[in-house]
Amino acid sequence: MTRTQLPTRVLEILGAWVLGIIWVLPLLYAVWTAFHPAAYATSFTPDAPLTLANFARAWEAAPFARYFLNTTILVTLILVAQFVLCTPAAFAFARMEFPGRDTVFAIVLLQLMVMPDVLLVGNYRSMASLGLVDTILAIALPYLGSAFGIFLLRQTFRMVPQELDDAARLEGSSLMGRLWRVYVPLAKPTYIAYGLVSVSYHWNNFLWPLVITNSVTTRPLTVGLSVFASTDQGIDWSIITAATLMTSAPLLLAFLLFQRQFVQSFMRAGIR
Amino acid sequence: MIRRETWQAWALLLPALLLLVAFTHWPAVATLIDSLYTTPRGSRPPRFIGLENFASLLDDRVFWTALRNNFIYAAATIPASVILALLMALAVNTALPGRPLLRMAYFTPTMLPMIAVANIWLFFFTPDYGLFDQVAGLFGLGRHNWLGDSATALPAMIVVAVWKEAGFFMIFYLAALQAMPPDLREAADLEGSSRWNFFRRVTLPLLMPTTLFVLVNAVINAFRLVDHVVVMTRGGPDNATTLLLYYIYETGFRFWDTAMAATLTVVLLVLLAALAWLQFGVLGRRVHYR
Repeated sequence: MTRTQLPTRVLEILGAWVLGIIWVLPLLYAVWTAFHPAAYATSFTPDAPLTLANFARAWEAAPFARYFLNTTILVTLILVAQFVLCTPAAFAFARMEFPGRDTVFAIVLLQLMVMPDVLLVGNYRSMASLGLVDTILAIALPYLGSAFGIFLLRQTFRMVPQELDDAARLEGSSLMGRLWRVYVPLAKPTYIAYGLVSVSYHWNNFLWPLVITNSVTTRPLTVGLSVFASTDQGIDWSIITAATLMTSAPLLLAFLLFQRQFVQSFMRAGIR
Repeated sequence: MIRRETWQAWALLLPALLLLVAFTHWPAVATLIDSLYTTPRGSRPPRFIGLENFASLLDDRVFWTALRNNFIYAAATIPASVILALLMALAVNTALPGRPLLRMAYFTPTMLPMIAVANIWLFFFTPDYGLFDQVAGLFGLGRHNWLGDSATALPAMIVVAVWKEAGFFMIFYLAALQAMPPDLREAADLEGSSRWNFFRRVTLPLLMPTTLFVLVNAVINAFRLVDHVVVMTRGGPDNATTLLLYYIYETGFRFWDTAMAATLTVVLLVLLAALAWLQFGVLGRRVHYR
């Protein structure tokens, strides 16, 4: 930056900060509204009293505890199943020779473009014929075989030095043994990255869960929040923003605490 | 005699492959088949009608509106979020007072569910109380129903989407910028190349693979993510914010016309395929890989 002239640089910094302030403004506004009585929702006086009453009322007005439980079950189910299913598939694509490998891999990658999110109608019909409508399993099923996960892990497994694999083989390790003791430990950063991306994606997913669920015992947080905001509350913004922040809080707090990890994970997941 | 390795490979692949095919490839094919039949109603079974559903789509005013809206939405959202993402990454990549804070400010919307984002912005756009009208009031402008006016409703959706996505794409640009060797910059300095020249001739071409990746994601998102429409406008007013996937949702799950919803899905899939072909075929060839 030696050649940059000072006035230009100052303008750039100013621009970056103005953009930054515009970017956090909606969030700050929501935080303000949620932590103050409704009367102060749009009047920003410094002496406005702080309160947690909005959160308490939102918590009582809808079964958010149940929604939290549903989302937690959903996200865990998807994460575990994706790891268990994608790992062997990725290994087969990365390190095994068999006829038709490239064709099958191309078929798998089709999912990167034709995502389950778009196939609402077709998947609903499948779930109906399986008798799974309005179950947490039905929300998860379309995402369990994940092309993204297979692709990501395949790339990582291909980087594992072949000598390590050969050494394990000489010691008499079986195929599964090598996968478990050589490949999986070396791919730990990829698992963390994939896990974070998967959890935040499914914590936030909305349209498919909205379509496939219709009761309190299955609805994830996002759907619960939309039901709550559209029917129960009219236009009490303080309570709605409190509920909104409440549902996003776990992920947001996790992000603020492990910022570096999150950002690096998203980068790792994105570089192909 | 099939080799042992082939057997093993298929055994490893099968569980994931079965699920993948059952819930991605099969529904896509089933949707195509459904689009050639009538919607079953009560005891009336579906009847084969060939391309009639597609023909009636041509006469469907809402379909054309949804298609037009989606193209406007994509044409505005994609360049805006990609350019902003690049600017953010360039800003955060330099030594800047408060850099971690700034990076966090840009990235945080990415971590929020779209549904939460929609709730927050819904409040923003509220007539009289919302921040938009309050700021407009400072300049002596009257109240405006941002989401109730068909002229401003779609732009409002675009703003929300850009706010949500730019920070996500910034991450990928940032990663690419940090991977760039610093000696390039030093060499350019020695040659006396101007900053703008360096950016245009060195940085931008080196960022092309990232741009392609970001573009693919932005295009998919422009057709895949309609959560904010569901929450903020329900496609209204007068279909001004109806996007293609929202129209599919409405047709399939509010009017339960599954055959028409399947037909619309086929159109969306063809559209996505065409866009993917365009990006990888045309743009992909101009990308310089290192």
